[in-house]
Amino acid sequence: MITYEVVGLLVLIVAGLLLLAFTAWRRRTPASLRRIDAYDRLNREVGLAVENGTRLHISLGRGNLFTARGGSALAGLAMLRRIAERTSVSDRPPIVTSGDASLTILSQDTSQSGYRAAGAEEGFRVTAGRLTGLSPFAYAAGTLPIARDDNVSAHMLIGDLGAESALITEAADRQNASLVAASDNLSAQAVLYAAAQDPLIGEELFAAGAYTGAGAAHEASLNVQDVLRWLVIIIIVVGAVLTVLGFGF
Amino acid sequence: MRIITAAFAIAISFIVLLGFFLPIPVLMSLRAVLTDWAVVIGGIAVLVGIFNLVAVQMEKVRMRQKGSVLGAILVLSLLGTFGFGVMFGVDDPLMQFAVDAVIVPVEGALMAILAITLVYASIRLLRQRRDLTTILFLLVAILFLVAIMPKPFDNSAIDQFILYLAGVFSRGGARGLLIGIALGTLLTGLRVLFGVDRPYGGN
Repeated sequence: MITYEVVGLLVLIVAGLLLLAFTAWRRRTPASLRRIDAYDRLNREVGLAVENGTRLHISLGRGNLFTARGGSALAGLAMLRRIAERTSVSDRPPIVTSGDASLTILSQDTSQSGYRAAGAEEGFRVTAGRLTGLSPFAYAAGTLPIARDDNVSAHMLIGDLGAESALITEAADRQNASLVAASDNLSAQAVLYAAAQDPLIGEELFAAGAYTGAGAAHEASLNVQDVLRWLVIIIIVVGAVLTVLGFGF
Repeated sequence: MRIITAAFAIAISFIVLLGFFLPIPVLMSLRAVLTDWAVVIGGIAVLVGIFNLVAVQMEKVRMRQKGSVLGAILVLSLLGTFGFGVMFGVDDPLMQFAVDAVIVPVEGALMAILAITLVYASIRLLRQRRDLTTILFLLVAILFLVAIMPKPFDNSAIDQFILYLAGVFSRGGARGLLIGIALGTLLTGLRVLFGVDRPYGGN
């Protein structure tokens, strides 16, 4: 009897093997990634913030690491690691906000790793990683003053955010700050589609690492996602055809 | 030290994962114990997070930054509520009053602001990006609102048709997005499992 656990384990093993194979391949042949306007903007804003002496605000959302929502938070952390490394020479280090205490601690550790990799660990300040609130609106309310008071030139919202993200995007717009935003939450995606200059939809959130130069494994992840997506499409189509033909499941 | 941290984290991750998939009693009980520990550590993390919140606000006060007065009020309120909660318990009527009189109205007000913000964002969207997708997005939103709003005449057949049509496409689209997000989450998890991404500071 094939159970969900067996199928899950098989998918996991196949995905793991594919990831290893694609990573080895991508180390030899770097991927040419399709253009995503939001990530072009993100890379541009990182450079501009360092040059202008302004600050970046990175919001990792409220993704609790004990739930499936933690995936988007981990993707945000991978991006943070690269941004921290690139902005470590700046006078004004990026501010990282989150609405989950464990995520705040991880954001501080990740920022510190970025500074250490750039050889600028002395510039790291633990208060740059902030817990701004534990409920959705408390988180948004705690984040709003950062948009207003901290000379932020660009906001990067990558993680598990809900509809309350509209309050943060509105604050960013009032300060004429640039905005790159992505969430794994469908309501937030609808909100961000309306509010962000270049919205990121669906799994584009998980491409943040690859587009900020986090390495071959991140590029390989995109390849594996493509392969698995095609497998899912084939399974859905075959399942639909079989159901129409009367072979029920 | 960093290598030991990474090895430890990866080993624990594998044990928890295998305990989820394989019905081996030793793995399952190990998984339960490790998950319990993680929950306890997560609880302590909340205290660390609150300490961080106080530290950030106190730094604002010390450096006389913008909003330092509000920061001081926040810290005083936090300490007062925390002390009161520890002494009298969270079920005390005064604690309930603090929630009912402060948190509920503030969150309600923010919800109202959010509704207006969303309407404004929709209008701004038409100004910023005038393409087919934007028009379709707004058209569907308006049709949906028209279908669910109370009307002085009977229009249920058309309303039901609009909701059915919007539901078919939105459900399909939502499933597509969720499948993409699930795959992205899977690969992100695998990167952490293999030690490629080490958010615990081992990079």
